[in-house]
Amino acid sequence: MGVRFSPGVSIEVGRVSGELEVIEAPDEVLSENFVRDVFYIAINCGKMLLESGAETYRIEDTMLRIASNYGIENAQVFVTPTVIIFSLNDYALTQTLRIEERSNNLEKVVVVNELSRRISDGLALKQAIRGMEKIHNTRFFPLWLLVLSGGVIGTMFLLLFEGVPRDLPAAFIGGAGGVFLMEGIQRYTRVQFFTEFFAALYIATISIVFVNLGYGLMLDTIIIASVMPLVPGVLITNAIREMIRGHLMAGIMKGAEAALTAIAIGAGVGLVFMLV
Amino acid sequence: MVYIYQFVLSFFASAGFGVLFNAPRNALVSCGTTGAFGWIVFHLFREGGTDLVLASFLGALTLSAIAILNSRRKKMPIILFITCGIIPLVPGGLAYDAMRHVVLNEYMTALEYGFEAALISLAIAMGIISTEMADQVLQTIRKKLKREEV
Repeated sequence: MGVRFSPGVSIEVGRVSGELEVIEAPDEVLSENFVRDVFYIAINCGKMLLESGAETYRIEDTMLRIASNYGIENAQVFVTPTVIIFSLNDYALTQTLRIEERSNNLEKVVVVNELSRRISDGLALKQAIRGMEKIHNTRFFPLWLLVLSGGVIGTMFLLLFEGVPRDLPAAFIGGAGGVFLMEGIQRYTRVQFFTEFFAALYIATISIVFVNLGYGLMLDTIIIASVMPLVPGVLITNAIREMIRGHLMAGIMKGAEAALTAIAIGAGVGLVFMLV
Repeated sequence: MVYIYQFVLSFFASAGFGVLFNAPRNALVSCGTTGAFGWIVFHLFREGGTDLVLASFLGALTLSAIAILNSRRKKMPIILFITCGIIPLVPGGLAYDAMRHVVLNEYMTALEYGFEAALISLAIAMGIISTEMADQVLQTIRKKLKREEV
């Protein structure tokens, strides 16, 4: 089968294995501005989702759904944790987008998801663009609340891991300080490895100080409970989920990220153990 | 009584992570309960002497079912509740332990911890995906039945 160019006849591309790709004109030709607007919405929604820590298969799904809701068929998208490649094949429109920074921002995921749900219900294009441009400034929790919740997480895990009540202050101060350091260093440098390393260093130091001063009993439990806010448990699980879904590349990348985080934390704590 | 205590602990642990992950304010309580239910099921099976990996799987199964219910009720994506809810189950502590032993030159212990962490994450991922798949199948069947009625 060579290159065929016949408007109106659509052949499913890439569904049946063994069938060759066919380049063809779209069923109905949409105006260029319209197509560009749809492209703009889809790729920016994908970017926001990826930067907020959504799973890659869900991002691909969302972007494709936005395109097909506005009547654009034959769109292809490839998402890994660091890059989005999106193209509307019928209109020869492609962009590659490099994502430098990723963090967990579930509120943004929820808002983008809501927008895509409204688009599925038939939201007009102009309104969709306006809605998308509003998303950019989502609220964040204040720093003191983040630090407080770090402390709460530390104490809760201490009790879940069957620690003694006497270690509670140590776990609270360790967890809260760890989150404070993470957030604080992150404003100056974007290298995650070091923020986690220094936070773990701090936690190990403070735990050993507490135990030596007699305000703590079980050193290991205190340290594990207070590093909980830093630890990459969710990342490991998400990596495996991506792999099972067939996104091998994303899974491996997230797994590597998780391993790196664990190494940073292990190195931070290990350094203190070696010195003491 | 012990269960209420455990429930409260895991509730606050999950909700605390909800704050760290910047979850929407009106979803924090649901995030907490999702995690708490997962942990309670895990804890029940652990007390009954079930294997750690199997108990994690069953806990993940429960929590993702509750996450799906919550996401229907609040019209929010499932990932929100799952990310916060798996926190108590997730083997972050084990992963840290493995790396700490590597740094301390105790490689065999590290390997043990590492494999355990990998297996538990696999079990949790399987639990979440099984529930999601079951839900998808159910939805498809329901849609088909509806179409036949019309």
